[in-house]
Amino acid sequence: MSEHALDEPVRRARARRTSVRWHQAAWRQYRLERKMFWRNPSAAFFNFLLPLLFLALFGAIFAEREADLQVIVPGIAGMAVMSTTFSALAMTLTNLRESGVLKRVRGTPLPTSAYLAGIAGNAITNTALQVALITVAGSLVFGLDWPQDWDALVLFVVLGVICFASLGVALSHAIPNFDSAPAYVNAVFLPVIFISGVFYDADEAPGLLRGIAEALPLKHLIDGLSGAMVTGEGIGGHALALLVLALWAVAGIVLAVRGFSWDARRS
Amino acid sequence: MNTDVAIEVEELRKDYGAQRAVRGISFSVRRGEIFGLLGPNGAGKTTTVEILEGYRERTAGRVAVLGMDPGPRPLALRERIGIVLQSSGLYPHLTVREAVSHWAGFFHAPRDVEETIALSGLEAAAGRRTITLSGGQQRRLDFALALVGDPELVFLDEPTTGFDPAARRQAWETVRSLQELGKTVLLTTHYLDEAQALADRVAIIKDGAILAEGAPGDLGSTARRYRVAWRDAAGAVHERETDDPTALLHELTGEALARGDSVHELSVTQPSLEDVYLELTAEAAE
Repeated sequence: MSEHALDEPVRRARARRTSVRWHQAAWRQYRLERKMFWRNPSAAFFNFLLPLLFLALFGAIFAEREADLQVIVPGIAGMAVMSTTFSALAMTLTNLRESGVLKRVRGTPLPTSAYLAGIAGNAITNTALQVALITVAGSLVFGLDWPQDWDALVLFVVLGVICFASLGVALSHAIPNFDSAPAYVNAVFLPVIFISGVFYDADEAPGLLRGIAEALPLKHLIDGLSGAMVTGEGIGGHALALLVLALWAVAGIVLAVRGFSWDARRS
Repeated sequence: MNTDVAIEVEELRKDYGAQRAVRGISFSVRRGEIFGLLGPNGAGKTTTVEILEGYRERTAGRVAVLGMDPGPRPLALRERIGIVLQSSGLYPHLTVREAVSHWAGFFHAPRDVEETIALSGLEAAAGRRTITLSGGQQRRLDFALALVGDPELVFLDEPTTGFDPAARRQAWETVRSLQELGKTVLLTTHYLDEAQALADRVAIIKDGAILAEGAPGDLGSTARRYRVAWRDAAGAVHERETDDPTALLHELTGEALARGDSVHELSVTQPSLEDVYLELTAEAAE
């Protein structure tokens, strides 16, 4: 009832204070997540060094074979986008939910959207760092040209992040407990990276596998990254890739929001 | 709205599908009071508390927590309550001090971080990562995180379940210190001695209904009868309940004296709150 008695300017000032607090809260949470990320070496390794290790191994195998390197570098970049967002968020959110951290945070004044923004920001930072490292390694170590179209590179990475981050959150809703999280995540992640042309040109795969890959987002992300980094086809040549990624992103966001649970499954 | 009342619950109901978890309970908690919801597992204690904390929607009834409806989880309410859940995880790679300090940042007017750590008895562990804490220490950290916002009202859901006796005593001291700070505490427990030791008033809850309510001492006296037990000359043990044992004792001792014998293994006991609790919850189970 006291809310009704507030003068309009006071109410507006309160709203402003809340929005400032939102940014501060999200930023604080983001910094905490970064700190914790580096304190957990195994998580840091699997989320961070694995794609770089793959790049080094395949780079060594395909050394001097430029055509193969031009497939593998954007392929690993696409895989890195998926692992840092989809896999990492599915695992993280399952863990936070089942361990009760989500519920505990939900009982505090921290705006829950600011909390989730901090967690997503942490994942996206890993994406940006990995794509940057892969791009630099592709040019400096493997002798590829620098990306042909930076705008397209940024656009596809951003769209890939939105798509795979929301799908990762959506997948976490289906995972019943943290022990089974790696199995669920890898049951999706491994087949998808194999059929989507991370390690070879997906257009050379058998028809059925190619058809499945065409329906999934990762192949289109890799096509877009390949156009941006290697062929210079840019954005215009990849309208279909943009469309498929956008559709998956919409589906991912709807599923991520719908099934969201703050409470552990066991209760 | 009565400002002396921290929590008011009227005819609260909660159904999970066909299951009726809470069946129209009413109680109120005064400011500065430690109120205990005592009952066996599955009685509806946690459901009730989680409705008051804003975690669950109620099916029917009226609820006011610090004068607000917790249903829409108003920010103004979350600023003023502290919650210790039955079990809740922590970030394993933060130190105690980092966790308390981060939590303090959620609130407009938090308590001092070091003071909160001291109040919770965690000074010695302040620099340790939470993953290395013992069960009792993690529970203290739960307290610290619930207290760092300087709440007026603290919810404690089964705060000592799984504790060894020493850790329970320490947790009880912390709860008592909350009352000394002027906080209101709503405590759930299935331990009778805990309710007796801590609560100013207790509601015994079973199958989603309140069976009895009052100060722990009064609850015992409402059903206060005497139990007289003895062994007769033939060696059989007898036990009888009575409102006034005077006549019975006179009879027993008179008979024994007449035989030139004595009354063997004579005892006269009064039921404790525990007997009342067991009696009430057992009746409800039938």
